[in-house]
Amino acid sequence: MDLSPEEWQAVRLSLEVALRSVALGLVPAVAVALLLVRGRFRFFPPGRFLLDALVHLPLVVPPVVIGWALLMLFGLRGPIGGPLHDWFGIRLVFTTEGAALATAVMSFPLIVRAVRLGLEHVDPGLEAAARTLGAGPLDRFLTITLPLMAPGILAGAVTAFAAGLGEFGAVITFASNIPGETQTLPLAIYTATQSPGGEAVAARLAGISLTLALALLLLAELIARRMHVLLGRV
Amino acid sequence: MLRVALRHRYGRDGFSIEADFTVPEAGVTALFGPSGCGKSTILSIVAGLLRPDFGRVVLDGDVLLDTERGIALPPEARRCGVVFQEARLFPHLSVASNLRYGMKRAPPRAEGPEFEEVVDLLGIAPLLARRPAALSGGERQRVALGRALLSRPRLLLMDEPLAALDAPRRAEVLPFLARLRDAARLPILYVTHALEEVDALADRLVLLQTGRVLAEGSVEELATRTDLPLAARRDAGAVLACTVAGIEDGLTRLDFAGGTLVAVMRAEPVGTRLRLRIRARDVAVATEEPRGLSTRNILAAEITAISPASGPQDVFLQLAIGDSTLLARVTQDSVTRLGLRPGLRVWALLKAVTFDHLGGPR
Repeated sequence: MDLSPEEWQAVRLSLEVALRSVALGLVPAVAVALLLVRGRFRFFPPGRFLLDALVHLPLVVPPVVIGWALLMLFGLRGPIGGPLHDWFGIRLVFTTEGAALATAVMSFPLIVRAVRLGLEHVDPGLEAAARTLGAGPLDRFLTITLPLMAPGILAGAVTAFAAGLGEFGAVITFASNIPGETQTLPLAIYTATQSPGGEAVAARLAGISLTLALALLLLAELIARRMHVLLGRV
Repeated sequence: MLRVALRHRYGRDGFSIEADFTVPEAGVTALFGPSGCGKSTILSIVAGLLRPDFGRVVLDGDVLLDTERGIALPPEARRCGVVFQEARLFPHLSVASNLRYGMKRAPPRAEGPEFEEVVDLLGIAPLLARRPAALSGGERQRVALGRALLSRPRLLLMDEPLAALDAPRRAEVLPFLARLRDAARLPILYVTHALEEVDALADRLVLLQTGRVLAEGSVEELATRTDLPLAARRDAGAVLACTVAGIEDGLTRLDFAGGTLVAVMRAEPVGTRLRLRIRARDVAVATEEPRGLSTRNILAAEITAISPASGPQDVFLQLAIGDSTLLARVTQDSVTRLGLRPGLRVWALLKAVTFDHLGGPR
């Protein structure tokens, strides 16, 4: 398949943005999943429900609204974006980093759900056994809980990466459609369909998009099987 | 020595437990009772996995738990090795890594058997490179025993370690438990509802029912008490500590405190110490020395007590033979007919083929 340099750029950028979004969202997603499954919310019982709803917001709210909310928060005069720019010189709107942030927010619920599922598979009895063998909280999280929930974390990461390749609404709203900066695959496809004679480009890019998505789904499945064999859950 | 006193209630008007007992320096103390009597809960409280409403657990003078003074060491600081009913091996680690998990986390000065010693003791050397998923139930439980022992505990807690296994697997693991008991030189608290495990392993017995301690004492002593629920079981009877004295014509001669018995059983080397449960319903008495009888064991005895049994028609006779006590279950009719009464000298009859030999070497 012959791709123009611009088209290659869109593919590379998509991969970069998706990867950065997963890197950004993975650790917070694991933390939130832990809180949702294991947190006690003793002083504020509705906290679990509220946190759960907040995490799932990007799944139900139009992506454009998420992009707009990010623009409000992280814009150059937003409550977070302002200080970031003034104190650290970091600008998120209309940048690759901004596209990664928007993608991370959109795919966050996907990771949390997968990690949660992985965590619910962890037998608390094994953690109790680790305690009786002398393992303190951090020790047993790192040596027992984390390895046992690894299939969920990996599945979440791969799914989020696949979904991140195709994020459109939040990215175009928050980061705009700048070739080489924020023009990822779906944005490039959209641009192609809007330009006269762009059908061939759109078809090529759509083909790549489809191939990548299918390959990633296959990879996720393979990883999941391998992990379950390793953990003796077959 | 372990001292345990606790009170715990599930829910507002749920089941409550109120227990108070001690576990001596070394040897196996069995917490015995029917399912749901609270014995596993007590074990969890000692291990620190459950916090009771009120409780005090003191091990060799160190307070592990004292709810009144607000002391509650977490399980990871108690150094109580626990063997659970399901082995709870870590599925992502090899057998060797499972065994070393507690060992690596034991205090550097803690004493205990070496890795190779434990591996030999439990016969798990061929399993070291495997994952738990590739082990049989019996193998898993043996690895779990090793893992607990290698964490260099001050106390071993076993929560029905054989209950999840089928009979052949139980028979496979039981001798290893006996070997571990003899090698560990640790106090062991052993929760079970299986009397044959008590007979095979336990030195002392804490008898539980609906969350209360009914009695505590040596296995031999409690086995002959007719006022306990043990007496209502079909296999109620005395437990005798014996030594193999010889084997003749396929019959094993066993010495016990008070005499000698002849039994049909699996051949064990001379000098082997083991326990026999002599069921009360297998013991008959005669007021005169019988002759021309196939019964091999005819022992001179004295009736020390007659007490009611569970059935309305029968009674228990307590028979003193030397320093040992046997139980015999006979009908009320026989008591009247033969004029049986405490103080009377009788002959206790025991067929050589009736023995349940379940005890491992002791």
